[in-house]
Amino acid sequence: MASGRTYIWKRGISVSESIELEIFRYCPEKDAEPLFKSYQVPFREDWVVLDAINYIKDELDGTLSYRWSCRMGVCGSCGMMVNGEPKLTCSAFLRDYSSGKIRVEPLQGFPVLRDLVFQMDDFINKLTEVKPYILRNENGEKQVEEGEYLQSPAQLAKYKQYTLCINCMLCYSACPIYALDSEFVGPAAIALAQRYNMDSRDQGRKQRQEVIAGHEGIWQCTFVGECSVVCPKNVDPAAAIQRAKVSSTMDFFKGIITLGSKE
Amino acid sequence: MKTYQIPVSNTWWLKKKSYFFFVIREMTSLFVAGYCLFLLVFISKAAESQQAYTELLVSLKSPVSILLHLIFLAFILYHAITWFNLTPKIMVLHIGEEKIPDGLIAVSIYIGWLAVSLIILWIIFGG
Amino acid sequence: MEVELAQSKEPVIWMLFSAGGMISAMVFPVLLLITGFLLPFEIAGDGTFERIHVALKHPLIKLILFFVISLPFFHWAHRFRFTLVDIGLKHVSLMITVCCYGGAILGSILTIIVLWNI
Ligand code: SF4
Ligand code: FES
Repeated sequence: MASGRTYIWKRGISVSESIELEIFRYCPEKDAEPLFKSYQVPFREDWVVLDAINYIKDELDGTLSYRWSCRMGVCGSCGMMVNGEPKLTCSAFLRDYSSGKIRVEPLQGFPVLRDLVFQMDDFINKLTEVKPYILRNENGEKQVEEGEYLQSPAQLAKYKQYTLCINCMLCYSACPIYALDSEFVGPAAIALAQRYNMDSRDQGRKQRQEVIAGHEGIWQCTFVGECSVVCPKNVDPAAAIQRAKVSSTMDFFKGIITLGSKE
Repeated sequence: MKTYQIPVSNTWWLKKKSYFFFVIREMTSLFVAGYCLFLLVFISKAAESQQAYTELLVSLKSPVSILLHLIFLAFILYHAITWFNLTPKIMVLHIGEEKIPDGLIAVSIYIGWLAVSLIILWIIFGG
Repeated sequence: MEVELAQSKEPVIWMLFSAGGMISAMVFPVLLLITGFLLPFEIAGDGTFERIHVALKHPLIKLILFFVISLPFFHWAHRFRFTLVDIGLKHVSLMITVCCYGGAILGSILTIIVLWNI
């Protein structure tokens, strides 16, 4: 290829095969409405959708905007709708789409800035809202001399799954509740709150409850379950939300039982 | 900054199979409530007199009743199965430090279901 | 205030919803089999009227029946409320909430009346 980039396609099959990519295009300066543009891209056994998009950017249309970085399912920035499903495009192989045509759109549920780039301010705010860091009670903080907070492997196992989130937002995109009401705190943020709530070193659950168990929190979730289906890291945010419901319910009943003995 | 918001239509749940089955799952609740009402009718007839009860049984033999029962059975079975399959996600039980695997919880729920059904059959039809 | 309200109201509703869902999933399929087929077609033998008639008078059976019927009403109320909102009736969500849970409360009262009058 006479391009600045070297594609890893030497091992690939015949060059003549190609596949059509239908890409969502939106230019805020020019377009009132988005439109779809088609591109013919060589088909390679070992190419993922992101490779094909990179090919378009480098060889066919340099104006295309999209996000990506690691190319290995770690950074969480390449999420897009591929044939209507939220996917990490760096992990979605062309060969798995046999229809000969692939439609690529920005992740559903977020405001589109340009082409495949969407605004993630809302998600970032939600992550911050749930205080995703270890909180200690007043005077609960250990002094440096006192050493670290110890944790057993079993205690780690309780929340480990929730630490695997890469903030790719696929779960938000799959969630109809979020699509209908963007105030909903949403899957990844609640899973992240659970990650700290379940951490034996943390004492901040009460503080997080305000966001988590408030009106736009866990009670809005109707357990559609799609967030867990699309999550590339098996975080299972849907289960995190249901468990948060169980513990909030137990809090409430404990509160009633201990009401008499309090104060 | 100018952005474009892709609109969500009220028919979003018709556009993807999994969303459609989610709405079906939620709509099974209509059949649950409907059957509650039927149970109330059944109970009052059975408590009233032999004659009222027999009359009810006759009407239950009608094709309409059979069809309705089949439809209700289909939806309520769908409710039961989806409910049982999701339960392990909600209930996390531990034996000591070990988490009980989801599969084991699911299997015990199904065994429980069978047991409850048999007990009810036994109560009504006796030994 | 908002938060406190959600924290105190939603757990109760969710408990009723879950309990009703579990009960209906456990016992409704077999009850449907019984009322729809086994009883009318006498598949499992006749002479069950006496048995049912007597059993219905037992206070413990009445209590069980109260839960078996009223909790599933709340299960319905909760699910139906959210489904209607999700499929586009958000603008009347308050009315939906009142009608659904109100319906479940009415259903429970009806259940009490029926069981009381046996
Ligand atoms: S929970 Fe899963 S889908 Fe959601 S942001 Fe994290 S990694 Fe992505
Ligand atoms: S590019 Fe980093 S996750 Fe896909």
